Amino acid sequence: MASRASTLGIAISPLSRRRIESFKANRRGYWSLRVFLVLFGVSLLAELIANDKPLLVRYRGRWYAPVVRVYAETQFGGFFRTEADYRDPEVVRLIEAEGGRMIWPPIRFSYDTHNKDLPPGVAAPSPPSAENWLGTDDQARDVAARLIYGFRISLLFGLILTALGTVIGVAAGAVQGYFGGWIDLLLQRFIEIWSAVPQLFLLIILASVVQPSFWWLLGLLLLFRWMSLVAVVRAEFLRARNFDYVRAARALGVRDRLIIWRHVLPNAMVATLTFVPFNLTGSVTLLTSLDLLGLGLPPGSPSLGEMLNQGHANPQAPWLGMSAFVTLSVMLALLVFVGEALRDAFDPYKTAA
Amino acid sequence: MRNGPLLAVNDLHVTFGRGERAVHAVRGASFEVAAGETVSLVGESGSGKSVSALSILRLLPSASTARSTGSVLFRGRELMSAPPAELRRIRGNRIAMVFQEPMTSLNPLHSIEKQVTEVMLVHKGLRPAAARRRAIELLERVGLPDPERRLGALPQELSGGQRQRVMIAMALANEPDLLIADEPTTSVDVTVEAQIIQLVKGLQAQLGMALLWITHDLAIVRKISDRVYVMHDGEIKESGTPTEIFERPRHPYTRHLLAAQPRGRSSASRPHAPTVMRVENLRVWFPVKAGLLRRTVDHVKAVDGVSLIIREGETVGVVGESGSGKTTLGLAMLRLIRSRGAIYFQDRDIAAMRASALRPLRCQMQVVFQDPFSSLSPRLTVAQIISEGLFAHGRATEVEQQVSDALLDVGLTPEMKDRYPHEFSGGQRQRIAIARALVLKPKFIVLDEPTSALDMSVQAQIIDLLRALQERHHVAYMLVTHDLKVVRALAHHIVVMRYGAIVEQGPADRVLDQPQEPYTRALMAAAFDLEASDPALVAT
Repeated sequence: MASRASTLGIAISPLSRRRIESFKANRRGYWSLRVFLVLFGVSLLAELIANDKPLLVRYRGRWYAPVVRVYAETQFGGFFRTEADYRDPEVVRLIEAEGGRMIWPPIRFSYDTHNKDLPPGVAAPSPPSAENWLGTDDQARDVAARLIYGFRISLLFGLILTALGTVIGVAAGAVQGYFGGWIDLLLQRFIEIWSAVPQLFLLIILASVVQPSFWWLLGLLLLFRWMSLVAVVRAEFLRARNFDYVRAARALGVRDRLIIWRHVLPNAMVATLTFVPFNLTGSVTLLTSLDLLGLGLPPGSPSLGEMLNQGHANPQAPWLGMSAFVTLSVMLALLVFVGEALRDAFDPYKTAA
Repeated sequence: MRNGPLLAVNDLHVTFGRGERAVHAVRGASFEVAAGETVSLVGESGSGKSVSALSILRLLPSASTARSTGSVLFRGRELMSAPPAELRRIRGNRIAMVFQEPMTSLNPLHSIEKQVTEVMLVHKGLRPAAARRRAIELLERVGLPDPERRLGALPQELSGGQRQRVMIAMALANEPDLLIADEPTTSVDVTVEAQIIQLVKGLQAQLGMALLWITHDLAIVRKISDRVYVMHDGEIKESGTPTEIFERPRHPYTRHLLAAQPRGRSSASRPHAPTVMRVENLRVWFPVKAGLLRRTVDHVKAVDGVSLIIREGETVGVVGESGSGKTTLGLAMLRLIRSRGAIYFQDRDIAAMRASALRPLRCQMQVVFQDPFSSLSPRLTVAQIISEGLFAHGRATEVEQQVSDALLDVGLTPEMKDRYPHEFSGGQRQRIAIARALVLKPKFIVLDEPTSALDMSVQAQIIDLLRALQERHHVAYMLVTHDLKVVRALAHHIVVMRYGAIVEQGPADRVLDQPQEPYTRALMAAAFDLEASDPALVAT
């Protein structure tokens, strides 16, 4: 097995190895991927970076972790049985009176924390200050905290939507391309009709019937999003099913499912993979624009689109629009650079040499 | 400079790419072509012969990817340093080229008239009406039937042979001094090949032009050339007259090349061996659909009423020109495409069998395809490719041993099993494809042009291998090919097909040596003697 290259127990074919090398050789794409992964990793830990609860509380010789567990105010000697509001000066006084300590995250606001202690004479939206690094929005919520959470929710939404859409799209394209005939004809006509359904109207109607949650929105967009890849995958399958090695596999008596999985799908995946980063940017932009229109995530959610909307409504507070704009453009630019590098790495004319 | 050679190439070097990846395609090639002479440049694929020809007219891609040094003198003028304007005056005017693939060398969007007259409008400044008259004259000269009507045709409306005639007409439009023919007959049928050779030689005699013929086919070289250059690895290994080269080759490579012709005969026929495969009145009709409702208005009869018998340990060679339905017949017998008629495999009718009932039988009938580059999945290792059939048929015991045995059987070593197809040469890949078929111990293998995509020195090895395997395992072969030399070396029984039907069939010796039908005779004459027959008899 010496000649067989493997990494972490996964066999890497020489072709993939060449593609990985080609991807790494594209410095802009490779750096974009690293920066993107760091940003995404950091945003996944948003609760530890921007939160209105301290990371740790030392009280009467015991450690408390309010970020992960809920403690009633009474546990710190307060009156209310509700969860302690650690920003409340009364709670702070109670804890410090017992010689306790609180270790805070760098940003002492969560995405939905209203800053009730704006300096006198400053109205929300308040400009950037030592406390609110990027200012606050029109409800006195910290912009920096909302950006971190908004970045995360946009990306998670985009990733889930793209992943599910890719799985459905590849499956539909594979069935059409491999079997052809009536299945292909019917599915093609269905897609033509289905793609003519106006998504925006459906969303408006939905918004008036139910309060669109994250999953509602995801499901609804998924109904339409899967179609973007079908054409590519179908074409690849139509091409590949006439390859000699697919014919040879049929002559060997291999089952259709296995032929699709082992011989045809890997070919189609190359074309698909190059589209995925662009699909991801599309999904992120879609969510942002729906939020901007007020048709997206429920009110109060940290969303870049909602922040853009606030920036539009409050031209006297440029930090709102600018913050959302810069975050969005950096994220999309990084994804596009990664996508370009990926596309070039999979280009047979560039890697063949 | 009148009495010097017409074309003198001296110490030509061509390099592709830069740095470590640079490929030195031509390494110091020198050759000459005198006025009115026919010179052949012969070599296997990758020998640098086409690159040399293209660099004469500086037709290689831009300087950034290909660099050439050396000297190319045409009538004493240096072409390597000639300004673009002068080169344009020479290209298509004094030196013309005919390429290998007539489909891609003609623009599918322009009519024949536009493409043939273009060279005359550009170089001679003829007026359109005069150019049109000249085009008709030229097309008549290259033997295109009914040229006036064909002027408006698009390239795809003509057959391969007709397109190649149009290409030659374009090349001859300005009566060049030198015609460079880059494998002009490789992609056409044998009968057409013979016609094209006859045509070019005839035109050469009339016009007194020189001919530089680039080919891998030794039979053509022997037939047409005054002088031969043998090329290998970018170098000219040997040159001389055909008699010198063929009778007294000096360089070891030339000797190797000459020895590599398909040779030998099949083992004795066994007329009483049990029948493995029998088809009766097999038909494959592809519907032609038209109209709004896509109703079937007609059929293309790819295979039309074919009956034949294949016995154990015997090879049936199916020959015919392209489009004769021979490959379709092979695929239909394996039930890889839909057909009508009866197919008996070991006396069981498999034509009407359900796919699930057929699957267990599939391990006994296998196929080897023409192109070993497309018939192996690039993502699987050799072991995975060969063992796939074992897993499909639940015979996955001692897989390692079975794979090793199959590799040894086809002349490879078991150590190769963890490598990927792209690490192998064309001949080795074809051996892997044969191993994939053999590992299931089949009774019947369809060989679909098993040697056509291979270099000639490898062809002979594969043929020897196939013959040895047949003797060892008593497999029945159905050999589909257009190459009669391969058929002669392998087949016991020959079936000649044309337009989907059998023209003639019989024992190999009888069909090859005393063909009964006029069409078979024409095919044999074209294949073995490169003699063109009456155009009415064969396709054009």
